[in-house]
Amino acid sequence: MQDFAQSFLLAGGLILEADPALVEIVLLSLQVTLSALLASALIGLPLGALLAVTRFPGRRALVVLTNALMGLPPVVVGLLVYMMLSNAGPLGVLRLLYTPTAMVIAQTILITPILIALTRQVINDLDQEYAETFRSLGVPAPTAIAALLWDGRFSLVTVLLAGFGRAVAEVGAVMIVGGNINHVTRVMTTAIALETSRGDLALALALGLILLTLALAVNALTSLINAPARMSGNVRRA
Amino acid sequence: MSDVLETPASVTARSLRRSGRSPMPLRVEGLTLTLEGTLVLNDIDLALADDGVTAILGPNGAGKSLLLRCLHGLVTPTRGTILWHHEGRDHAPDLAIRKAQALVAQKPVLLRRSVLANLKFVAGLRRPRPSTDDLMQALREVRLEHLARQNARTLSGGEQQRLALARALLHDPRVLLLDEPSANLDPASTLLIETAIRAARAAGTKVLLITHDMAQARRLADDVVFLHKGRIVEHTSAAAFFDRPSSAEAEAYVKGDILL
Ligand SMILES: Nc1ncnc2c1ncn2[C@@H]1O[C@H](COP(=O)(O)OP(=O)(O)O)[C@@H](O)[C@H]1O
Ligand SMILES: [Mg+2]
Repeated sequence: MQDFAQSFLLAGGLILEADPALVEIVLLSLQVTLSALLASALIGLPLGALLAVTRFPGRRALVVLTNALMGLPPVVVGLLVYMMLSNAGPLGVLRLLYTPTAMVIAQTILITPILIALTRQVINDLDQEYAETFRSLGVPAPTAIAALLWDGRFSLVTVLLAGFGRAVAEVGAVMIVGGNINHVTRVMTTAIALETSRGDLALALALGLILLTLALAVNALTSLINAPARMSGNVRRA
Repeated sequence: MSDVLETPASVTARSLRRSGRSPMPLRVEGLTLTLEGTLVLNDIDLALADDGVTAILGPNGAGKSLLLRCLHGLVTPTRGTILWHHEGRDHAPDLAIRKAQALVAQKPVLLRRSVLANLKFVAGLRRPRPSTDDLMQALREVRLEHLARQNARTLSGGEQQRLALARALLHDPRVLLLDEPSANLDPASTLLIETAIRAARAAGTKVLLITHDMAQARRLADDVVFLHKGRIVEHTSAAAFFDRPSSAEAEAYVKGDILL
């Protein structure tokens, strides 16, 4: 019990004095996850929107596939990316294994299906509402998609937050492809796993508290964004 | 020429812009629409001149809105032909037809943006692109300029309808399709809409007007299409329709009897 309380005190100390090791890990985490989020957004938002508004053979199958890929087990993603990037793999020459870039790739693969599926949902709902008006006005498809993305922007930010939350908290994939190398690929989740197993509960707890705070902040932001959108978006017309 | 365009009456400007445009008469044959096994439009034949105001009357559920949406190309009929004569040839209601027309739906859908941004969106689809001054003028005409910055989705029902009308007129349409445009409106707004309809008519725009307001139909219509249970029961001049309707249904409807 003594140890337990002690760990909390030490953890608090680490956070308050902005321990350099701690800061390094947190910054790397954010850098990796935000990069992955950017890459996923560039792929997922347009693709999700396209899936929502276009009709082509095989579209249904693609929707089912992205929905299924949302549940990709992170360790499997890690394994696949590992195989691609390892020396024997097809992308081995790039020498990316055990670099932050490898972790960005793994997280991107992990959350892109989520972004596609959620974006498709958001844009589809809005499209149901706008489609006939756009048809009447003769709005060209690219303009329509841009308008749907813009008018759905508040919901889409919450989609991005969901992707961020999933990526930043993930441990299996980045552990496999990053290798949890000190000062190079050690991020919050892998550091927590390692320090806990080594018995350094203070650092693990400090990182855990920061991760928890991030998750809460993401949640708070999501409900903050949704509240006014509900107010102005769905008020029944007289 | 420029002197004339400077006149405050935007009606004059519009009619000048419109002059020289090709007429757009309509011919419909055997139009039939079945939805979920129900016959909602039944073998409709209709010919409309390319000018004037045609009122489409009939009780709820008669098929008025669906007819208008078929004519505009939003709903594909089960059978029959719809031909708009436009720029020298007959068109089914295709993209070119829709772009030359404007529909104000019974429940207009506005974008989740400000009032002004709603007009800006449509302006972006037009060449030449109307200026922001033009848009503010359009808002002034429907008395919404003081709400330009407000979210369009928080407008009252009547304000939304007026914005939808401004959006439609911005379009500078050859044919204006109005589905109960003053259903939610107070008398002042109704007058405003009727003024806009008269102005459009005077400028050579064909107007198709669905309304339940008999007095309004008398004030505005040149001819009347009376629809009942998916069929056209009567299509005559407005004077003839209101003075001596030839069908029992129309006579009862005009008198205010309830049609079943
Ligand atoms: N999508 C639909 N599926 C089935 N029936 C419909 C559909 N839309 C409208 N209807 C029916 O078609 C009939 C005509 O509708 P409508 O044209 O909206 O009537 P109104 O003359 O009041 O405008 C109504 O009985 C309505 O219930
Ligand atoms: Mg109707």
